[in-house]
Amino acid sequence: MAYGPHTIQDRARMLQAIGVASVDDLFADIPPSLRSSGLDLPAPEPESVLAARLTALADLNRVDLISFLGAGAYRHFTPAVVDQLLLRGEFYTAYTPYQPEISQGTLQSIYEYQSLMAELTGLDVVSASHYDGATATAEGALMACRATRRERVLVGRGVHPHYRETLCTYFGGASLVADEIPLVADGPAAGTTDLVALERQLSDADRPVAGVVVANPSFLGLLEPMAEIGRLAHAAGALFVSVVEPVSLAVLATPGEYGADIAAGDGQPLGIPLSYGGPYLGILACREPLVRQIPGRLVGMTTDVDGRRAFVMTLRAREQDIRREKASSNICTNQALCALAATIYLGALGPHGLRDVAALGAARAGELERALAAVGAPRLHPGPYLNEFAVAVRGAPAVHARLVDRGILAGLPLARLVPDDPSLADALLVCATEVNTPAEIAAFAAALGDELARGEGTR
Amino acid sequence: MTAAEDRLGPTIFERSRPGRGGGKVPHPPADALARIPAGHLRAAGPRLPEVSEPELARHYTKLSQLNYAVDTGFYPLGSCTMKYNPKIDEWAARLPGFTALHPLVPDELSQGTLQLLWELEGALAEIGGMKAVTLQPAAGAQGELTGILMVRAYHHSRGDLERCEVLVPDSAHGTNPATASMAGFTTVSIPSAPDGGVDVEAFRAALGPRTAAVMITNPSTLGLFESRLCELLDAVHEAGALAYMDGANLNAIMGRFKPGEAGFDVMHINVHKTFSTPHGGGGPGAGPVGVGEKLLPFLPSPRVLRGADGRFRLEAPGERPTSIGRMRAFAGNTGVLVRAYAYIRANGGSGLREVSEDAVLAANYLKARVADLLDVPYSRPCMHEFVASSATLKTQTGIRTLDVAKRLIDYGFHPPTVYFPLTVEEALLIEPTETESIETLDLFVDALRSIVAEAHANPDLLHSAPHGSPVRRLDETAAARQPNLRWRAMTGSQTPCPD
Repeated sequence: MAYGPHTIQDRARMLQAIGVASVDDLFADIPPSLRSSGLDLPAPEPESVLAARLTALADLNRVDLISFLGAGAYRHFTPAVVDQLLLRGEFYTAYTPYQPEISQGTLQSIYEYQSLMAELTGLDVVSASHYDGATATAEGALMACRATRRERVLVGRGVHPHYRETLCTYFGGASLVADEIPLVADGPAAGTTDLVALERQLSDADRPVAGVVVANPSFLGLLEPMAEIGRLAHAAGALFVSVVEPVSLAVLATPGEYGADIAAGDGQPLGIPLSYGGPYLGILACREPLVRQIPGRLVGMTTDVDGRRAFVMTLRAREQDIRREKASSNICTNQALCALAATIYLGALGPHGLRDVAALGAARAGELERALAAVGAPRLHPGPYLNEFAVAVRGAPAVHARLVDRGILAGLPLARLVPDDPSLADALLVCATEVNTPAEIAAFAAALGDELARGEGTR
Repeated sequence: MTAAEDRLGPTIFERSRPGRGGGKVPHPPADALARIPAGHLRAAGPRLPEVSEPELARHYTKLSQLNYAVDTGFYPLGSCTMKYNPKIDEWAARLPGFTALHPLVPDELSQGTLQLLWELEGALAEIGGMKAVTLQPAAGAQGELTGILMVRAYHHSRGDLERCEVLVPDSAHGTNPATASMAGFTTVSIPSAPDGGVDVEAFRAALGPRTAAVMITNPSTLGLFESRLCELLDAVHEAGALAYMDGANLNAIMGRFKPGEAGFDVMHINVHKTFSTPHGGGGPGAGPVGVGEKLLPFLPSPRVLRGADGRFRLEAPGERPTSIGRMRAFAGNTGVLVRAYAYIRANGGSGLREVSEDAVLAANYLKARVADLLDVPYSRPCMHEFVASSATLKTQTGIRTLDVAKRLIDYGFHPPTVYFPLTVEEALLIEPTETESIETLDLFVDALRSIVAEAHANPDLLHSAPHGSPVRRLDETAAARQPNLRWRAMTGSQTPCPD
């Protein structure tokens, strides 16, 4: 065994102390008919061979392309200090801090995380973490149902399609209803949440709405009329659940400012690598009155018997190990180390650094917009955006594939993620962050211009 | 100020001074946000802390030193499998080819990760005796939800809409009943038999046309193999229900027992237990779910597929309409799964069988030695963990399990899981794992022996333990009565950017 300490003599001593002849005797409780035949798996691999295998697998991935892909997972610069501190074994090999006397490091860092996210979202209470943005959104919607004792939520089509699918999976189990709010088809508000439709959906007295779930920026990168949406939701007695991207909150109006009751989002942009989808960081925040409805762990400040300030998991009567079938969620293991990464990242960037990340992304995106428009790929929607937007490209999926061959990841062909919206069939969703350089923008625009010209030529 | 007070130190917010920090990213042009209408912008910047990198590094390094961890000592936390986490797994998960890969790239760019995930699914299916595995769930509890949602979809697909109950033994983890509720089922709690195992007759009495599934933890939370499993599984299937196995305790049985072969229809696996991915102070983990034939059509989407040409791809949206859908935004906690893959390859099939043998051996050794000191309610051989109890000690001295646990901290050990399972009075659930040397196990026994002696000679020492930890027992009542869940007096960003 690769990581075991026992010598033959150790094993013999243990067997003797137990009073059995062989280790097989310890498995005697397994009924003979249920004993398995062994494992048909490869032989053990020495570390040097394994290291080569893992390197070869990693090298099969292509991560060398110039990338403008976002769509829910974002490339950012992570200061070296973040990962160096995450490598402290005292952090990453500790369990959930059930013994607070010897877990103050984890507990204080979670308290700091909760405080930082409260400051970013403008809300009061933040859970110690959820799995990712999609599950945090689903849990936020479930919270709204519990708090209002209603069984239907309205989810904007501007919420990431994968988040909407996840929410539907969660709601299907609980026999709750999630209806979609359409997007405005054209005009100056094209692509944003349709307020007229929303008002109509909220006015159905037979089907009262627990929560209205809208993302800002939306999946299409657009800034939504959040304050109006919140007013409409509240007028109908529904809670307002805002889906947020945390870096944007350095500069954009906060859920607290525009009246959201609950905010959910993915903390991946805060110093957490892309890693093909996880582990990420589900952010879930709410206003004070909802504190007993929020699922997941919470860390609070208290004192020890000597009066010293200390931190401890609190309000545990919401949780599965105490309340069992009456718990607010079944969540147990969360994403604590990712919350620590976000905490250290925010400490490393500071308030000015985080604003710079958000604003530099916006500046680069503005350059990208102009460069793509100049080669014949104008924005699809007229409204304001931060650093992500859709551009009209005829035959977008095919163009996207040809650009990959030229070493450019031209964002996402929207037809792939939203096949049920014909208005997005010929569009790419592109994103720029502080790591995209002017040279990359120029290369993308030149290559796209080339492909578009070629397309014209063959028509 | 005592040394211990000094160790705790201020929060990151109290360390903040205007003008500190910076130098990480370039400044944007002054008009970067000019195109965004003011109504969409926040009124004032977030008051994040302003600290220099040296202060930041020292702050979190000092915080880390307040933690107990597997890397610092013995962590016999029952049901949590706190084994050593190999360093090569951390190294592998950080390879740029893995970390820089975006989850929405075309499949042709992600062949390495897709191959790894596909191979890992295969290995876990072999270990569990299952037909297929999904790697999507982020944690054991999400794996449970995935499994129970598939059970629901299975019954519904057969037009069987009456099955609204999930049967769970009273010794189960709290996640089992909480999962059943989340998936829209009513939990029926079944008392355990006197020997700690499932009470087959009690199950039989509760099984019926309303039963959707039975959730069994095997080995049980008492660390015992469910010896009446054949009868139980037969009864479950006769009733038309499905059998779910909580795989939290898989570390005991690799290569000895395959739940799928035995007749379980679905199980989850905690890779952050059995497959040694680190717990991270509470996560991230991963909770892959294995299924048998019946639940195959309902697996979450997208699955990882291998084509006839040997190329890998993710299922397309809508490709398998029977799927329960998506459990999360993207493929899975891939970074965690890379670690699990590395662990499985390092051990191989023979090594994993040995892992289980050594885990069971260590637990039985420790049990034999602890039996002289505390009550050990179940005398038959245990699996990877065992339950001890301070019931007799409490009668004799007034010392409770909590006091024993807290005193173990003073001896340099992490306490076992306490007061779980709920079915044993003054329980200590002790799981040594296979990576602890016999010397460590012996030192732990020595510590327990000293503590039992102290309980008789000087019980106050235990009532007030721990004494040497960074803080002592906490006022949890005050924390809950007036919750302080965030630092309110933030000062950052009150002055303009200094450069």
